[in-house]
Amino acid sequence: MSNTQSMCTSFLGQLLTATHNFGTAPTRGTSAADTFKAALYVTTATVNAATTAYSSTNEVTGTGYTAGGIAVTNANAPTSTNSSATAGVGYWTPSANLVYSTVTLTTAFDTVLIYNSSQSNAAVSVHTFGAQTITAGTFTLTMPTNTTTSALLRLTTT
Amino acid sequence: MLVNTTKGEMDDSLLVKKKGSIDNENEYTTWVEYYLDDELVHRSAHVTLKKSPFMDLIAASMA
Repeated sequence: MSNTQSMCTSFLGQLLTATHNFGTAPTRGTSAADTFKAALYVTTATVNAATTAYSSTNEVTGTGYTAGGIAVTNANAPTSTNSSATAGVGYWTPSANLVYSTVTLTTAFDTVLIYNSSQSNAAVSVHTFGAQTITAGTFTLTMPTNTTTSALLRLTTT
Repeated sequence: MLVNTTKGEMDDSLLVKKKGSIDNENEYTTWVEYYLDDELVHRSAHVTLKKSPFMDLIAASMA
């Protein structure tokens, strides 16, 4: 046997469930899963890695769309899996597609922001796609398969 | 088949249907449009993302 320098794979999964707190805040008052939401942004918005929280600035507007977007269905607990002595993956994917039903969004949009509405709307991830408009229709974002290589959110060690 | 449109539900036999898709390294997207006398009365889109952002964590050497 020998020792190997690595991040612990269990830590990756625990990051996704807020087990560790290296700072002094926040103090979590519940063990329940947070509520996550998905908001759409127009092509002229600036939503990127520097985004820290949901904002209504440059969010899409239109018939059938409520500011803040839609709730993300979260029935999949985060998972962490070892791939070797030095590598592992913690991952999570919403358990249902994001569906904006019967909306009219005439200004082109190309981004969805996933954010935590239970924690001051803290930003989680930004996903971009080709510009779209919707007219009296449905916009669907199909979620990827929840695996180590395709999950929507992946924390990896190499 | 009834289609939800800007003018209410309409039978698709009254409308002109156009479909399209985008398939690149980032996404596979399909869309459908219905026109009534050249007026767009319905558009839906379905996006499947192929790439997701991920975070890489490294345990630094202390040596």
